[in-house]
Amino acid sequence: MIKMKGVTKVYTMGEVTFSALKGIDLDIRTGEYVGIVGPSGSGKSTLMNIIGCLDIPTDGDFHLDGRPVGTLSSNDLADIRNKKIGFVFQAFNLLPYATAFENVEVPLLFAGMKGKQRRARVIEVLLRVGLADKIGNKPTEMSGGEMQRVAIARALANEPEIILADEPTGNLDSKSGAEIVRIFESLREAGKTILIITHDVNIAKGTERIIRLKDGLIESNGDML
Amino acid sequence: MIPLLSVKQFFNDLRRQKLRSLMTMFGIFWGACSIVLLFAFGKGITEAQLKSMRGMGENIAIFWPGITAKDFQGLPKGRRVRPTEEDIVLIKQKARSINRISPEYQRWSINFRYGKQSTIRQISGIWPEFGPMRNVTPRMGSRFINDKDITDRRRVIFIGNLLAEDLFGEVGPVGKEVLLNGTPFMVVGVMKTKKQDSSYSGRDSRKGFIPATTFQTMYSNRHLNCFVAQCKPTSSMEITRKEIYEILGAKYRFDPTDREALSVWDTTRSFAFLKNFFLAFNMFLVGIGVATLITGAIGVTNIMNVVLEERTKEIGIKMALGAHKSFILWQFVFETLLITGVGGALGFAFAWTIVALVPMFNLEEYIGVPSVDMWSGITVTIVLGIVGLGAGVFPARRAANLQPVQALKLF
Ligand SMILES: Nc1ncnc2c1ncn2[C@@H]1O[C@H](COP(=O)(O)OP(=O)(O)O)[C@@H](O)[C@H]1O
Ligand SMILES: [Mg+2]
Repeated sequence: MIKMKGVTKVYTMGEVTFSALKGIDLDIRTGEYVGIVGPSGSGKSTLMNIIGCLDIPTDGDFHLDGRPVGTLSSNDLADIRNKKIGFVFQAFNLLPYATAFENVEVPLLFAGMKGKQRRARVIEVLLRVGLADKIGNKPTEMSGGEMQRVAIARALANEPEIILADEPTGNLDSKSGAEIVRIFESLREAGKTILIITHDVNIAKGTERIIRLKDGLIESNGDML
Repeated sequence: MIPLLSVKQFFNDLRRQKLRSLMTMFGIFWGACSIVLLFAFGKGITEAQLKSMRGMGENIAIFWPGITAKDFQGLPKGRRVRPTEEDIVLIKQKARSINRISPEYQRWSINFRYGKQSTIRQISGIWPEFGPMRNVTPRMGSRFINDKDITDRRRVIFIGNLLAEDLFGEVGPVGKEVLLNGTPFMVVGVMKTKKQDSSYSGRDSRKGFIPATTFQTMYSNRHLNCFVAQCKPTSSMEITRKEIYEILGAKYRFDPTDREALSVWDTTRSFAFLKNFFLAFNMFLVGIGVATLITGAIGVTNIMNVVLEERTKEIGIKMALGAHKSFILWQFVFETLLITGVGGALGFAFAWTIVALVPMFNLEEYIGVPSVDMWSGITVTIVLGIVGLGAGVFPARRAANLQPVQALKLF
């Protein structure tokens, strides 16, 4: 499903350059539940953003579902982000002025899904994350845990094969975090390919494989916690 | 993806960001409205002033008899120069810069009588050219003194509109007989109401005009009270004046450079002054208009910038969720066009309403009739629209050209 060879990422800030990824080789199969850990600044988010087609690598090979991502147009990448990948951010990244319903609706609108079907789907995914009663709430009217669940519902809207989550419980208290963990467990049972960056042992414990990053390189791959 | 597929998304956003949309719209509304009003009133005032200035006639000068102030060919100064109707014929033949010319005999304290109504007014004996030259225009269904009246020395009269009201009231004067000190005259025309704010012997609206030849026969005046000349639009009154002085100077033997030989009121001078004044006035209005535009543009840009942070993040989120670049751009273009279009149209409509209501307040005498200049409104809307596009769409394009994660992180 995800194949990487020699992927690097160099950030340039004026005259200063910084190698956030220094050559990543990675192979993740369909249906795997993978945890990514490592110290802060080791390049976890950078890697995740590249996998999620939110950013492009400086160099190296990256195949997603057999397609070489480097050769795809920006519209192709947008369609991949829309249909193939569901991304969950640490900071939720909800549209602040939109209700839970409207936030979840956005990727469906971009996918061109028609009215009735679209509304049914929004309700369905909000039910799946246990938020049926908050449909009309705006982010300011929800707790952090609820916002993250809306974000997960939004990530699930187009039934993507891959779920990417960058420290999804990082901004939450432990109780809300536990709810999020349960949701990911259920997604795993539904057969999704899941990658989670986490410091949360509760999440890490449940994964099948742990990838450990350090200074832009994979330190260990496949060990269990 | 066709942007229209996401029309719902677009209207959702617009509805949610009511305040920003409203503020931007108000900026455009305000700019369009104030500039349209500014030019509407400026135009009204200018037109009103120029029109009443023209009421007496355009490019004309009035010449009265004078007294020489220079010795000439052994003749002493202090001699009277009193033109006659023949002189006017002569001037008309010779002066090439002249468009129209007419003698004017005047007589005051004429008793006008129609039936039981009578009033004391003034009459002038003139040529047909006097009418168009002095803006004495006949009402519908009537006429001015014509050439046949002159050659046949007819007892016909053209009367001012107020004189007509005084004498005839509701009755139509044309074809009626009016007695001038007992002599019957037939009314052939009534003057169309006009605005006149200057005159040399009373307002035309209360006078009677008869053929110069008839006047001469009745009162056997030899000398004219004055004559009126109009120069060609391509020429100037200075040239006309010089020609007239040369023609009359040769005949009456005075120095053509002796300005005192005739007494002259050159209306083109005050007209030129007024024209310059209003040119300056209008430039002042343009200045205010430009300042208003700049203020509006700054306002619109500011509003756009205030939300740039939020919007860049919004763009990042949408791209992360699968929005195509073209969707982002179209959304901003549509938004700007809609906001400026509606704002401009409302501003225009509001200004138009005010302009339409103004006549209710009877201020016409002071400010004229303001009239909406469509182009000022359209120009403002387009300029502010372009500013809005610049302020809204270009940052959006920059954001849409980033990788989604960059747009998300930018602020
Ligand atoms: N946009 C950027 N510009 C410059 N440096 C960046 C940028 N994003 C991340 N970095 C740097 O790259 C390194 C890795 O960042 P990141 O992938 O966010 O680490 P992690 O998620 O593991 O904490 C950090 O040192 C960070 O400062
Ligand atoms: Mg990180």
